[in-house]
Amino acid sequence: MSADRPLRIAVPRGALMDGTLDLLDFLGIDTAPVRANDRRLWFEEVGIITMRPSDVPIYVESGAADLGVTGKDVLMEQAEREVYELADLGFGACRMVLASEAGPDKAAEALKRLGVVRIATKYPRIATTYLEATGRQAEIVEVKGSVELAPLTGMVEAIVDLTATGTTLAENNLVIREEIALCTARLIANPVSDKLRARAIDGLLERIGGR
Amino acid sequence: MPERTPSGTRDVLPDEMRELRALTERIRTVFDQAGYGEVATPALEYDRGDDGARAAYRTFDQHGNVLVLRSDMTVPIARLVGARYATVEPPLRFCYFAHSYRAVRTHRGQSRELLQAGVELIGAPAPEGTAEVLTVLCGALDAAGLTDYRIGLGDAMLYPALLDSLSVAEPARGRILAELTDGDFVGVEREIVALGLPVEETALLTRVPRLRGGAELFDGLDGRVGAAVTGLRAVYDRLADSVAARIIFDFGLLRSLGYYTGAVFQVYDPAHGEPLGSGGRYDELLGRFGRPLPAVGFALNVESVHVALMMEDRRRVG
Repeated sequence: MSADRPLRIAVPRGALMDGTLDLLDFLGIDTAPVRANDRRLWFEEVGIITMRPSDVPIYVESGAADLGVTGKDVLMEQAEREVYELADLGFGACRMVLASEAGPDKAAEALKRLGVVRIATKYPRIATTYLEATGRQAEIVEVKGSVELAPLTGMVEAIVDLTATGTTLAENNLVIREEIALCTARLIANPVSDKLRARAIDGLLERIGGR
Repeated sequence: MPERTPSGTRDVLPDEMRELRALTERIRTVFDQAGYGEVATPALEYDRGDDGARAAYRTFDQHGNVLVLRSDMTVPIARLVGARYATVEPPLRFCYFAHSYRAVRTHRGQSRELLQAGVELIGAPAPEGTAEVLTVLCGALDAAGLTDYRIGLGDAMLYPALLDSLSVAEPARGRILAELTDGDFVGVEREIVALGLPVEETALLTRVPRLRGGAELFDGLDGRVGAAVTGLRAVYDRLADSVAARIIFDFGLLRSLGYYTGAVFQVYDPAHGEPLGSGGRYDELLGRFGRPLPAVGFALNVESVHVALMMEDRRRVG
């Protein structure tokens, strides 16, 4: 029976990585090999795999990882993934916002005069759901790179994006018009692992809750 | 460009087919020896708006009737019992090996066409009927060749009844159950805390859906968790040791299909990231087809069992 192998945990690279590794240290998982080597992706000896945050849900859903840490923004954008969301880890807080150029709100003007607002985003699902929920017609433009560029060039009237401090928005003359959600790091689990490795997972959750 | 199969469907070539055929034959032997007679029903049924799995395909016949490609075999067998076994003394035992067609969420490359192997035991109430079907299920998985599988066993009414006993009313009740169905335990806790109940009741509501494990879960349980747990205990007490050893109780398990009324179960294997099959009691469904009889059944996803077999082999070698 394979239940003895360590839990395999998907760790996000990027902004959430330090907080995640600190948490794993607190839980008694040795993260030294991960901290020591920036290029390696898989640390089998300590049960850690590293990847971009948006890939964490699929690794966990498929069972390639038992647990994972990723942002609530990623989970909202990939709502179809069959993973359990076990804990709000509290760190990595960011806001999902709707922003447009400073000055008279061009998004409001477009809605009023054209009946539809164009919105650029890396989060088409969150943007679509939010605009629908608030009863506004929107044309969602998906971009992969710097979304701040889109309203400045006149391609769209507003953006939906994730911001931590708002600095990048301000530097690009954009102001936050609406806050859609507060997004923190979440601990997620594969549903089958959550049953078969219940004791190990509950042990971790208990220690996380007692931080 | 070669012609593609419709989205969500695929071809099966001889090497795979040979293995699938051998697998279903081993399972068929178990069903047959347990007294379950194999049936076949039409792939097409009239669209009754059933509360089973969501259908993937609808079409019309030449008279304008709406037809649906069956989304499971349980409802067609319930129809068959009402029509063809209207006066036959229960219990009735049927098995099937058939394709069902389900709406799937996009972006996941999931199949819309599933090969299912399952049984339906009609006219055998809980707990005996449930225990019999769990025994057949374990027999089928053993015969398939899986060694590491577990059966998660819960009760569709357990948590809803607990909410009722603490007078949690709509709309909060629905929101809590929706978060639980989604597997969002952060959301479940948020909704429970928002109820503003006494600390002890908040803790009970938060803890119960996370309870999963062996028979030790029954020790020191709060009386309000109640009748559903007594039912699960009664099923467990009727299982042979080899079957009981496979059971993981799961008090957070909700019904995966709308017609489930009592015990529900899922098949897990550490070599596969999603359940290999599921089942449960559906004591109200037969009544809709004119034969109000308690019933219980399960369906295994044959292709998932096949994948798990290969992955278990690989893990043994690795």
